[in-house]
Amino acid sequence: MSNLNQDVSLEQEIQAADNKNKVWKWLFISSAAFMISWILFPIYLLIVSALSSAEVVNGWPKAFVPEFDMETLQFFMNYYGVLGALKNSLIAAVFTMVISIGLGTPAGYALARFEFRGKETFRMMILLTRAFPMPLLALPLAVIFINVGLDDTLFGLSLVHAALALPFAVLITSSLFLGIPVELEEAAWVLGCNRWQAFMKVVMPLALPGLTASAVFAFVISWNEVFAAAVLTINNQTLTAFLVQSLSSSPAEVKFAGGLILIMPAILFLFVVRKYLFSMWGIANR
Amino acid sequence: MNIKSYPYILIAPSILFLLAFFVYPFIEVFSQAFTTSNGEITLKNFDTIFNDFNFLPSLKNTLLLALVVVPVQLCMAIGMSLMISKMKKGRDTVLYIWTIPLGISDLAAGIIWLALLDQNGFLNSFLFSVGIIDGPESWLNYNNPVAIFAAIVFAEIWRATAILLVILVSGIGLIPKEYYEAAEIFGANAWVRLWKVTLPLLRPSLQTALILRTLLAFEVFAVVMILGGTNMPVLMGEAFNWAFSYRDAGAAAAYAVVILGLSVAFTLFYLKVLHVPKEAQI
Amino acid sequence: MIKKIILPILLGSSIASASEVVFYSTQANPLKEADAMRNDVLINFDGEVKFLPQEAGPFFSRIEAESRAGSVTLGVLGALHGQFPQIQDSLDSIDDVLGSVPEIKSNKTMSELGKLGSQNQKYIPWMQATYIMAANKKALPYLPAGADVNALTYDELAVWAANLKEATGDAKLGFPAGEKGLMHRFLQGYLYPSFTHSVVTDFRGDDAKAMWAWFRDLWQDVNPRSTAYSLMQEPLLTEEVWVAFDHTARLKDAFDQRPDDFIAFPAPSAKAGRGFMPVIAGLAIPAGTPDRAASVELIKYLSQPEVQVKTLKATGFYPIANVELPADLPANVRIAGKAISMQANAADALPSMLPVGLGDMSGQFSKAYKDTFQQIVLRNADIDQILDRQAMVLKTIMVSANAPCWAPDKPSDGVCPVN
Repeated sequence: MSNLNQDVSLEQEIQAADNKNKVWKWLFISSAAFMISWILFPIYLLIVSALSSAEVVNGWPKAFVPEFDMETLQFFMNYYGVLGALKNSLIAAVFTMVISIGLGTPAGYALARFEFRGKETFRMMILLTRAFPMPLLALPLAVIFINVGLDDTLFGLSLVHAALALPFAVLITSSLFLGIPVELEEAAWVLGCNRWQAFMKVVMPLALPGLTASAVFAFVISWNEVFAAAVLTINNQTLTAFLVQSLSSSPAEVKFAGGLILIMPAILFLFVVRKYLFSMWGIANR
Repeated sequence: MNIKSYPYILIAPSILFLLAFFVYPFIEVFSQAFTTSNGEITLKNFDTIFNDFNFLPSLKNTLLLALVVVPVQLCMAIGMSLMISKMKKGRDTVLYIWTIPLGISDLAAGIIWLALLDQNGFLNSFLFSVGIIDGPESWLNYNNPVAIFAAIVFAEIWRATAILLVILVSGIGLIPKEYYEAAEIFGANAWVRLWKVTLPLLRPSLQTALILRTLLAFEVFAVVMILGGTNMPVLMGEAFNWAFSYRDAGAAAAYAVVILGLSVAFTLFYLKVLHVPKEAQI
Repeated sequence: MIKKIILPILLGSSIASASEVVFYSTQANPLKEADAMRNDVLINFDGEVKFLPQEAGPFFSRIEAESRAGSVTLGVLGALHGQFPQIQDSLDSIDDVLGSVPEIKSNKTMSELGKLGSQNQKYIPWMQATYIMAANKKALPYLPAGADVNALTYDELAVWAANLKEATGDAKLGFPAGEKGLMHRFLQGYLYPSFTHSVVTDFRGDDAKAMWAWFRDLWQDVNPRSTAYSLMQEPLLTEEVWVAFDHTARLKDAFDQRPDDFIAFPAPSAKAGRGFMPVIAGLAIPAGTPDRAASVELIKYLSQPEVQVKTLKATGFYPIANVELPADLPANVRIAGKAISMQANAADALPSMLPVGLGDMSGQFSKAYKDTFQQIVLRNADIDQILDRQAMVLKTIMVSANAPCWAPDKPSDGVCPVN
């Protein structure tokens, strides 16, 4: 009798726990779904606007489905210099990625693994790069670039963009390396690796996803930077410098189509690298 | 080679790089803030901006925006990264979607949100179609500073939470599973595990994420300009105006110094509060 | 092989050919106008030209940087009269060019402005526009009884706005008071002259005080989104506003997209007359330009009457050269053109000149008016107090620029006084 009672109460408990789990699961899924639509819905509406004719864009009430009017987008495709500017943007963004990762990773490692004098000063200096408005720095930078012959080159531009991306690269990598137990490295030293080999064989594979994250930052920073790009290039303008400057004074339908054209490549880039961004997860999540 | 020289060798390239491409132009602009156009040392530029109608409002708006936006974003990013770490299926896809705003510039984000919130925008169209309003309703106007502020907050949260998310996700991924297992053995529930394991071990990432996000929040500009117009002056916008509309390089530089000062203060604050003692590091 | 690929990438993939003139301009910046400039206006120029429209910020930075570094790549600069003073030191003197464009030179008043208050010609007037009013035809039935839309007074405008608000429930009058709007020109060239017959001298006179009080009242019936409007064509097209004031080129799309729905009409008048102000864009050559002869050729080309007509079609800016306009003009020109000529030829017309001789202070001069507007009208500050304070600001600006008065203020000996 008592045994039976116990069973029943146990069953009830399991049932309750099950229900609780179900509630949690439901809550989990619905909040994830909510966050997904919170991100996607505004972008969807931008697409709707970009695919609408001028009358619809300025009309009322707005429709929530696109009418697939390609006129405005087509205007961009035929617009003088768009493809060249797109290419320039990509080149500058890739340069920026390479430079900022190349410079940022060693510095991030130093911050994570060593105690040295001037560490905090260095950290502050890196951070404060982002605390000063770029538009004001563009003028003195342009003067230097003209003097040293870097003016109007994509390489020169990506140097500036790399300076903007460097704090992200350094800080992200340093917190990454902080999270990788130093014991792993020490074990590799014991096994006969030198510091460099230990770094490449043990630390790098673990850090790779985070490195990709800072590469993504570098890419989007370069992609979206307007002001330096507008001042430092004349014949080799990037897409952002080329379009953004003109968007704010253009009519609404051009604004939306231009906005879509500006964000599409960055979104595609993120899509392409997402595997690299997160595929190393299993290793990182030992 | 002496092991003591290692860190210096490692940071030397970035230092040289920043000296050339940041510090040099920075010093030029910085000193502009404290000199007249003839090169005499003066505080006149600060006098100019402090006495300007827009200085206090822009300082207030910038701080208020950062103080509202950043904590909300932090909580959201922590929640989202925890969800990501619990997900089994579709993790890549969800994470990809959540990081999409990374690729969207502030100007594009402003355009998107204006399309939503404008008088003839999607929000009003929706409210109209379900019968809540009778026609285009203008609520994003200067008589309604709270609405403008809220609109900017929404747009900023939408646009810039992904930065925090990416940093925190990679940070959470690095917390060894053993810590959770141990905690579970001691009977810690999910809530306790969050506060006693995840967040403390996440401190380095939290610090980085918070500092970067706050610095960027002090430079908020394009979204505010598009949604708020001239009603919501912010520091960065004023710096821009003084530099390019009013053509007073000294005053613009003074604004930049104010932004810099705020950033330094907040960075020091975070470094102190979220300090990671060496012995507590994993 | 590698060198062949890497070098061009590093040094910029398309290196400009030496003979290409870079035409750097703050005007014709909207994408469609830039497109039309390239495809319709510059296409027949005998030589290579690269048209690069740019916002004012990067435009100034670039010119200043080139002039400081002493290495110039830009060929011709296109900008507004109000923008040139801020880069005056970087401009070449081009009296010789003025001599070779008789069509422009014959317009004495305008070509004189191109000296920017100095001894030498700094820019060649390129094209002109003005500010007018535009209205949706739906708004016309609400005009106050007896009012003629083409000879409106500011008081009638106020009644009209009130009628519209009463009838529709929304404030349907709009002004470009946003970040990039040209509200300050309304204050300097329209409101102040019409009410006080002055811009600078009587800045805080009794007439000015009454004017601000009137404007603050009017603002009750002005669309509160106005502080976010930069170009009025947008809210006109969305019908957020039905009646608006703006630069003709910034109303252009409304007239072009729906020519049957909109009308244009002259700005209203008040007791001192019907104040209005021109917009003048000019062409200049930066000192040290790589190929001055080619730059001069481009300016000469753009000054030709038939090219000026093409420019009108592309940008909505009118010719400086005296030219018979053809019949096949875009809708915006047909609609706005009539209003412009009515405005200029009205019996009570009161033309304002553009500020001259303000140099670096041009931007701060406009800021003084914008701030006054913001404090009095938007933030409800005390009129006397703000005007006193801003008068001091204005005085400082005039003294440090050492600028004499311009119309409609009476000519001054030396610095224009602020009473």
